[in-house]
Order: sequence, then C-alpha cells, then structure tokens
Amino acid sequence: MSISVNHISKHFGAFTALDNISLDIPEGELVALLGPSGCGKTTLLRIIAGLEQADQGDVFLKGDKVTDKPVKNRQIGFVFQHYALFRHMTVFDNVAFGLKVKPRRERLSNEVIAKKVHALLELVQLDWLHDRYPDQLSGGQRQRIALARALAVEPSVLLLDEPFGALDASVRKDLRQWLRNLHHDLNVTSIFVTHDQEEAMEVASQVVVLNHGRIEQQGAPGDIYDHPANAFVSRFIGQTNVFDLDEHDADWLQTAGLSTAQQKGKIAHVRPHDIVIEKSTAGTDTFVTLKDWQHLGSLIRIELVKSGASGQAASVYAEMPNDQFRRLHLNRGDKVELRIRHAHWFH
Amino acid sequence: MNAISATSFLASKKLTLSDPDWVRYALIGLTLGIIGLFLLLPLLTVLIEAFAKGWSAYSASLTHPDALAAMRLTLLVALVTVPLTTVFGVSAAWAIARFDFRGKSLLITLIDLPFSVSPVIAGLVYVLIFGAQGWLGPWFSAHDIKILFAVPGIILATLFVTFPFVARELIPLMQEIGHEEEEAALSLGASGWQTFFKVTMPNVKWGLLNGVLLCNARAMGEFGAVSVVSGHIRGLTNTLPLHVEVSYNEYDFVGSFAGASVLAALAVVTLVFKTLLEWKQNQELKATRQAVE
Repeated sequence: MSISVNHISKHFGAFTALDNISLDIPEGELVALLGPSGCGKTTLLRIIAGLEQADQGDVFLKGDKVTDKPVKNRQIGFVFQHYALFRHMTVFDNVAFGLKVKPRRERLSNEVIAKKVHALLELVQLDWLHDRYPDQLSGGQRQRIALARALAVEPSVLLLDEPFGALDASVRKDLRQWLRNLHHDLNVTSIFVTHDQEEAMEVASQVVVLNHGRIEQQGAPGDIYDHPANAFVSRFIGQTNVFDLDEHDADWLQTAGLSTAQQKGKIAHVRPHDIVIEKSTAGTDTFVTLKDWQHLGSLIRIELVKSGASGQAASVYAEMPNDQFRRLHLNRGDKVELRIRHAHWFH
Repeated sequence: MNAISATSFLASKKLTLSDPDWVRYALIGLTLGIIGLFLLLPLLTVLIEAFAKGWSAYSASLTHPDALAAMRLTLLVALVTVPLTTVFGVSAAWAIARFDFRGKSLLITLIDLPFSVSPVIAGLVYVLIFGAQGWLGPWFSAHDIKILFAVPGIILATLFVTFPFVARELIPLMQEIGHEEEEAALSLGASGWQTFFKVTMPNVKWGLLNGVLLCNARAMGEFGAVSVVSGHIRGLTNTLPLHVEVSYNEYDFVGSFAGASVLAALAVVTLVFKTLLEWKQNQELKATRQAVE
C-alpha cells in the first residue's frame, strides 16, 4: 500500500472532524476524497501530509510509519487550495525552492537544478512564464506552477487540496482532463480533495466518500454510482428521486412497474435516467403530469408532478435523450405514465 | 443612444461630486496654514535660535563634551533598544498571527499598553522597582549593579515605550498574509529557519523596516520616561532630548537649540527614509503586478 491511515481520529474542541478512519490506497492510484463541506476531507489530507496532527491513529507512507515525522521529512508534494505560491519569487524560483533548500550534501548543482526546473515547467507547459511573478499569472497558470513546484522534490505521494476549487468553470474542465493525463504519465500515487462529485467521478480512479468524519463508501466511480452503499452516497453522487414507502408510494410504485416483491427496504432511490416516460393513453388512470423540462445538452431533464393518492404533490425528475423526447411530442400539462426500470432500496 | 446617455450621466455625476472652488481653496489653505504655523514655524525657530550667535557658537556647543556625550548615549540607547524591540516584535507577531491560545486578545491589548500609558508613568514604575526603596533596588545595589540613574535604566525605559512599534506593524500584516506559504515551504522540505528567512521575512520586510524606522525615531527622541529614570547627570546619563532641556533651563539657548536642531534633522532623515521605503515598496509592487499581456 502506498498510503495507509489506521484508525485516525481528530477533534477540534467539541467538533469531531474525523472519527476512526482507516483507509488503504494502492500504488499509482488517483484518489478523490469526496464529501460535503465540513466532512473532514481536508483535515484527513492535512494529517496525511503532516500539516495537522491526529489525536489518535497512524499514517503510513510506502510502508513507513510517519505519524511522528514532521511534514518536511515525509517526502510529500502538497498543492494548496489557493496555490500558496511564494509571492516574492519568480515562477522559476518557486519551482526551484524545494531543490535549493536541501542540505548541502544532497543539493544538486545550480545547472542541474535549472535544467530540472525548466523540464518541469515544460511538463506543465508554462516554461515561457519562468521569469514572471505569481501575481502576473492567471488562476489556471498558478495552479499548474503549484503542481510543478510540488513535483520538483520527486514526492512519493501527491496531495491536492481542492485543486480546482478557485478556478473558472471552463478552466476547471480543461485542468481536470490535464491532471488525469499527467497522472497517467507520472503514475505518482495522488489524493485530491473535492466537494464536487462530478469532478471526483471524472478525474479519480478511486473515490472515497466522506460524511461527518466517517468513510461512507470507497470504490471505483462506476461502482459507487451503480451500487451506492447507503442513502447518503446515493443522494450525494448524481441525481436521485427519493420515494418513501411509508407515504402512499407503494401502490404507485407498483403501477410504475417496480414490484415491491424485490423491495429490500422502505425507501426507494431512483436515478432520473431509470425512469421511462410514455404518453398516457386515454382512459388510463394516471396522476403524473409533465410540468417543465430543461435542455442539458444531449439530455433533456424532465420535471414531473405526481399527485399522490392523498392529494399532496411531489416532484419527480426524469432524464432522456433529446431525440427520444422529441418523438414523444409532449406539452406542458400533459398526462404521462412512468415506468421505473431500476431502484436502490435503503432502510 | 446608449453611449450618449452614459456619458452625460457620468458628467452630471462628476459635477455633483466636485465641491465649489472656494471650498477647495479654503480647505487647502487651512491645511497649509496649520502645517506652516505649527510645524514649519517652530522648526524655523529652532534653526534661527541655534544660529543666533553664528556658526562658531553653534558648532562649539555641539562639540562640547556634554553635548557629544549626550549624542553618544542617544545612539547607544537606540543601538540596544531597536534590535531588542525588533526581536520582540517579530516573535510577538509570529505568536499572535500563527497560534491560537488562551489570552491572545489580552496579549494584543498589553502590547498596546505603552501607547496608552503616559511615558512618565513608565519611568515611575521603573523607579518603584529599581529605586533605593523599590522592590528590587536593594538587591541590585547589594550586588553593585546600577540600574536607576544609569544607562541600564534609560535603556529599560526606552524599551518600554518602543515595545509596540514593530509588533503593531507586523501583526496585521502577518495575519493578512496567512500561513499557507510557510506550510508550502515546509512541505517542500525547508527547515523552520529556512522558511522564516526565505518565505516569512521577504513577505513582511517592508512592514518590518517601517516599524524599525519608527521605533528608532522614538528611541532617539523619547523624553518623558527617560527623564524620570536618568537622573540628569551631565556627560553620563543625559540623552540628547534631556540635554536640550537641561541647556534650556540653564539659559544656554544656543546649546539647547543646537541640540534641538540635531533632533529635528533626525526627524527629517526618518521622514526621508520612510518616504523612500514607501516608494521602493510601490516600485516592487508595480514590478510584480504588471498586467499579463
């Protein structure tokens, strides 16, 4: 295992940031620590880095116990949320910093350092900016320089705190792809923290979902999406419709084609794309109407209103491809029938 | 159409924002008048009085052994107190900006204490502690160590009044800059000292220099606290400000104003340095903030 944490707990006063967390990350993975704000993901990252001390538990990097080692001896690369570039140094000096502060006997000659720094700047495609100051760079450029600086010391693991959090949406999209490719080329075990599930699913090879200082689920993005371990994960990853069977939904679910025989709990979570819509044929007893829809590129997001047997209305969301929706010739206010293809059941 | 209405809107906005001419001239005139009357005129008087009996009298009174001793003592006091205040200021600012601990706000208030307390009281406190009837006085005199009415007392009193200068400059600055760059340096393998000298110091250097400059000006110019503990022994415990007062009281006006002219020159030099610092800082900011083309 490249990174292991064993029974880590951390409290800030009365607040429990991490509650007995254990996690193993194999060599070469690109792992996302995903969770809502305040779930403890950044704290966990900082404890692995050594920027924060755990109250209990141990951290292992490449099999070595580093719990009591200070951050400077852990050989990690850390990329900060707001980049933390040295503002009084040029881009070149920023990247060279980690090489220049080494003790004299380990330090490379200035020529070798210069060569290495330029190679790193080329890797992040910013060598032409080497004599600029951080204030003269755009957010995306700063992020890439921060990454080059962290890579300069040849870290055994790379830790990134909300690496795309402070960037524009368009820059973020590009950088995600770029980081994925870079990781593929370098193959450094990496962990990044994010609250954006889309980002985690897109970039990571493994996703760890955290909530209230505990790990809810760990697995490949596809696994987590298709087989959420509990209601929190199901709600947090992707869109989902929640049907509570205590509230008159049982009958309705049955008419929607979801037999309660396969029911494994009281609450059914249904992904929007697992709902099929058909135009209601005359005479059928249906109480679902089409309220509105939005274009999401290739998909249409459909907002339906279901008036329950007891009279209260609830919104249901469905998604289907553009052309399929067009073929249905639906208008606002039309009565429709639903068919649910698949549901996740939770207690 | 849009552009036209926008410009006319701007013009009308400008009109309502600018005051009538007479208000402007009256305010500028008032400011200049007050500065002239209360700042420039006294400075001029100092020079006129200093040179009232000619250049030779002026230079004679400045080269008088007592005057020279006063200047030497003033320099010595500044030389000792400024580095101590700087070390204190940096460590206090570091502690307050970087750590959370109980009583932090009390500490910040205490650092400001010398600003709010009359310097005379500071001097009196030292008399109470180190005086012949004070708490520690008998012990020190038994061990033949002179604090009061000697150089150590003057340095202590000056330290008291100059303590806040560097810390006050650095605390808000370090709080604003935050801890992330230092954490980045540590994560890159830098030691604590390397982090301090290569990352922390360059980020706060202008604030630090400004604080040191103000502290130095105060250390050389302090009168009240030093006056209480010095004992006014000519040639031994008179600093330059005290020398000015003693000479004046003895109707040696040329000597008194000559000393005052040296202090005034120090003030001017301080101001020049301060302006220079601000200018340099702006230049540096401009150099690093040029827009990306």
